[in-house]
Amino acid sequence: MEPYHNSRLPYARNYITVGLLFLMAALLFGLLAAMQYIVPGWGRDVFSFEKLRPLHVSSAVFWILMAAMGAVLTYISEGENTVRKPTWIKVQFYLFTFSFAAILLSYCFGIFSGREYWEFHPYFSILIVIGWIVFLLNFFHYFKTLKHQPVYIWMWMTGVVFFLFTYLESNLWLLPGVRHRLVQDMTIQWKSYGSMVGAWNMLIYGSSIFLMDKIAGNQTYSRSPMAFALYALSLFNLMFNWGHHIYTLPTAPYVKYIAYFVSMTELFILGRIIYGWSQTLSTARKYAHIYSYKFLFAADAWVFANLGLAIVMSVPAFNIYMHGTHVIVGHTMGTTIGINTMLLLAFAYNILGNDSRYQLSTSRFSVAYNITQISLASFWLALIVAGFLKSYWQMTEPTIAYGELWNRMRPLFYIFYVAGLGLAVGLLYLAVPLIRSGFSKASSK
Amino acid sequence: MRDHQLKVVVFTVLTVLFLCYSFVLYFKDYQETVPADALAQKGKDIWQQKNCGSCHQLYGLGGHLGPDLTNVYGKREQPYIEAFLRTGTTVMPNFHLSDSEINALIAFFKYTNTTGVADPRSFTKHLDGTISQQSSSVR
Ligand code: HEC
Ligand code: HEM
Repeated sequence: MEPYHNSRLPYARNYITVGLLFLMAALLFGLLAAMQYIVPGWGRDVFSFEKLRPLHVSSAVFWILMAAMGAVLTYISEGENTVRKPTWIKVQFYLFTFSFAAILLSYCFGIFSGREYWEFHPYFSILIVIGWIVFLLNFFHYFKTLKHQPVYIWMWMTGVVFFLFTYLESNLWLLPGVRHRLVQDMTIQWKSYGSMVGAWNMLIYGSSIFLMDKIAGNQTYSRSPMAFALYALSLFNLMFNWGHHIYTLPTAPYVKYIAYFVSMTELFILGRIIYGWSQTLSTARKYAHIYSYKFLFAADAWVFANLGLAIVMSVPAFNIYMHGTHVIVGHTMGTTIGINTMLLLAFAYNILGNDSRYQLSTSRFSVAYNITQISLASFWLALIVAGFLKSYWQMTEPTIAYGELWNRMRPLFYIFYVAGLGLAVGLLYLAVPLIRSGFSKASSK
Repeated sequence: MRDHQLKVVVFTVLTVLFLCYSFVLYFKDYQETVPADALAQKGKDIWQQKNCGSCHQLYGLGGHLGPDLTNVYGKREQPYIEAFLRTGTTVMPNFHLSDSEINALIAFFKYTNTTGVADPRSFTKHLDGTISQQSSSVR
C-alpha cells in the first residue's frame, strides 16, 4: 500500500504517535467547546469556553508541531547510511511531550497568559525554546550543506530557524514597554504569529515535497527552478504578508500596504494550481492506491479552496468586515485541518501505516476518508456562511442585540456541530490504526 | 554553481530586509497610542490572566463567542459594564472579580477606547481595496 520505508531514525516515529494523541485531544475539546455554541451557557461554571478554547487550540497546535518535527526528523535521516543513537532526539521528544502535556493540565487549573493561541503561562515558553534549540541542533546535525540540495532541505532549514525567531518575538510582550501599548503589542504579536505559521508550513510543505518525490521515485520536481521560485515566493510571504491579520488595528498604514501587496503575490500560487490541475488529477489516478497519496491530493484541493478565501480576505476593504466573524474561524480551521492535518496524515500513513496488523482495508479506509472530507467541507461552509451573515446583520442592523445575532446564526452552528462530529469520527477512524502501530513499534524499540 | 549563488543571494537579501523591517517595527515610535496608565495596565494584565480574550475580541482579534470590546467604553455606560463584570451572563462566567479588579478592567476599556475605532463601518473604503481608518473618537 505504501512506498518504501527506510528510515534511519526509527525513534522519530514516536513524535507522530504522540502528535496523533494530541489530535484526538483537539477533537474532543473542540466538540466540547462547540457545545457552548449550540447550548448557550453549557458547562459555563465547570469547563467554560476560556478553558476549552485554549485546550482545543493548543492541542491542535501541538499535533501540528509534534507531527511536523517527527516527519522532518524521519525524512532528513533517510539519506543516511548509518543508524545513529537517538539520544538528543529523545531529549527533544521528552521536552516537548512533557511541556505540551503540562500546558494542557495548567489550562484546566485556569492558569493563562491570555495570549491568543499560546495561552499558557510564560514559564512554559522556556521549555519550548530549549526544546526548539535542541531540535535546531538535531536538525543541523543531519544537515550538511545547502549546495546541490533539493528544495525541501531549504524549506526545512527556513522553518526550523524562523520558528525559533518568531517564537521568541511572540514573547516580546513580556517587556512592560511593549505590553502596555496596545497597538504596539498587537502589531508585534500578529507579526510573529503570521510568520510563525509560515515557518511551520515550511516544515510541512517541505516534507510533502519530499514524500511526493519518494512516491514518484525521482527528484525532478524538488530540484526544478519552479520549486525554488515557489519557495522564494513563500518565503517572501512568510516574512512580509502577516499585516493582513491586523488591517483593523490602527497601526502604521505602510504595514497594511506592504501586506496587501505581498499577499496578492499569492495569486501566482493559485494560478499555478489551476494551471496544473489536470496534471494533478492524472497523478492522482496513478497513485490512487497509496493511502498517503490520497491525503496529499486532499491537501491540494484544500489549498485551492482556502487560498481563494485567503486572497479575498487579504483585500483590506473586504477583510475588515470578516474580522471577528466565523469566516476567520472557518479560514483558520480550514487551513489547519484541510491543509496541515491532511499533509501530516500523509506523513503519518507513510511512516506508521505499513504495519499489516493494523492496516485498514481499502474499503474501510475509503469510507473514513470520504466521511472526513465531506464533513470538513460542510464544517467549513457552515462557518463561512455564519460569518458572512453575522457581518451582514451587523452592518444593516447596527443596534441588534448580541444574543439575537447568535440566535439567528444557531441553525448554521447545528450544521457545524454535526459536521464536526462527522469529522471527529472520520479522523478517529483514520488515526487509531496508526496510533496502535505507533505504540507497538515504540515498545519493540 | 551560479544557480546556487543566486539562491544564497535571494535568501540573504530577503532575510536582511526582514530583519530591518522587524527592527523598525520594534523601535518605531507608536505615537498613534498613548501608553496605558497604571490602572489600565493592571486592567490589561487581568484581561490576560482571566483569558477574557478567549471569548472577546479587541480590534476583531480573539475568540468568537462574545462581542468585540475595543470601544465598549464609548458605547456603554459605566454601570452597564460593571454589571457584566460583577455577575457575568448566561454565557459569560462570573469571575468573582474584586472591586479593584473591576475598576482596573474599566480603566483598561477606557484606554482601549482611546487607541482607535474598531467598527468596520467607521472605515473609509477605497476602490483599490485599501482602507483608511478614523483615529480615535476620544482623546
Ligand atoms: C465564556 C465566554 C466569555 C468570557 C470568558 C468572557 N466573556 Fe464577556 N461576554 C461574553 C458574552 C457572550 C457577552 C455578550 C452578552 C451575552 O450575550 O451574554 C459578554 C459581554 C461582555 C461585556 C458587555 C459587552 C456589551 O457591549 O454588551 C463586557 C464588558 C464583558 N463581557 C467583559 C468581559 C471581561 C472583562 C472578561 C474577562 C474577565 C470577559 N468578559 C470574559 C462572553 C464571555
Ligand atoms: C483536526 C481538527 C481540528 C483542528 C486542527 C482545529 C483547529 C482550530 C484552531 C486553530 C482554532 C482557532 C480558530 C481561530 O482563532 O480563528 C479552532 C477553534 C475552534 N474549533 Fe477547531 N479544530 C479542529 C477540529 C474541531 C472540531 C471537530 C470542532 C467541533 C465542532 C472544533 C471546534 C472549534 C471551536 C468551537 C473553536 C473556537 C472558535 C471561536 O473562537 O469561537 N474544532 N480550532
